[in-house]
Amino acid sequence: MSVKLTTRQVGDVTVIDAEGRITLGEGSSSFREIIREKVAKGEKKLLLNLAEVSYIDSSGIGELVSAYTTVTNHGGSLKLLNLTKRVKDLLQITKLYTVFEVFDDEAAAVRSFA
Amino acid sequence: MDSHPENSIRLDEYLTSTLESVDRAEAEVSRIAAEGGFAEEEVFQIGMAVREGMVNAVVHGNRYSEKKKVRLTVISEPARFVIRIEDEGEGFDLQSIPDPTAEENLLRQSGRGLLLIRSFVDEVRTVAGHTHGTALELIKHRNKAG
Repeated sequence: MSVKLTTRQVGDVTVIDAEGRITLGEGSSSFREIIREKVAKGEKKLLLNLAEVSYIDSSGIGELVSAYTTVTNHGGSLKLLNLTKRVKDLLQITKLYTVFEVFDDEAAAVRSFA
Repeated sequence: MDSHPENSIRLDEYLTSTLESVDRAEAEVSRIAAEGGFAEEEVFQIGMAVREGMVNAVVHGNRYSEKKKVRLTVISEPARFVIRIEDEGEGFDLQSIPDPTAEENLLRQSGRGLLLIRSFVDEVRTVAGHTHGTALELIKHRNKAG
């Protein structure tokens, strides 16, 4: 099982709903592709909803970081929404909790882009 | 080396250098850990440590070579659960891996595998492989609280 990614617009914010596992291989490459696609289209406000992501390995974490730098380098911002406890723990272990803006409430996350 | 009568080799197999082997190793070792009485969270931690160790062996050690195998061994001891992941690569020094939590490394894409392994098991060390290459030994203690 890998990751399933769907996108929706909330105002001018692109919300990416992820479901499954973001791990080395298919899971991380499909995630990379969707970020590149959004950046290429000029979408600069990206909110990644990880509520249904049960598992991320170090490669998946690397993809999150890569997505963050890609979006930032194009003048946009990538924020995270609804982390599970395990994903939150992983971001704390890797000290990336200080890098990402993380939200538990979608409306608040969307407002933060304004 | 260790011939404690209660020690039991629960798994000893040679895996291809593929991502499928990574998934398989994670699933098999997690199952053995669960059957061995580890709690759900510990099983998750062991599985993730195995995944990261296997990725290291397949990707960095054997470089996906069809000619090279990863030997996966699981030994269940009364006080410890020992996983050995042995590749046929050139070996590496645990001390030489940069700290991925250092400010200058935070935004690097890779280099966090060992950090996660260290977070999820109690001991990590490299030992010489049976043939050549490196064996990464991961040890989870049982019943630390009591």
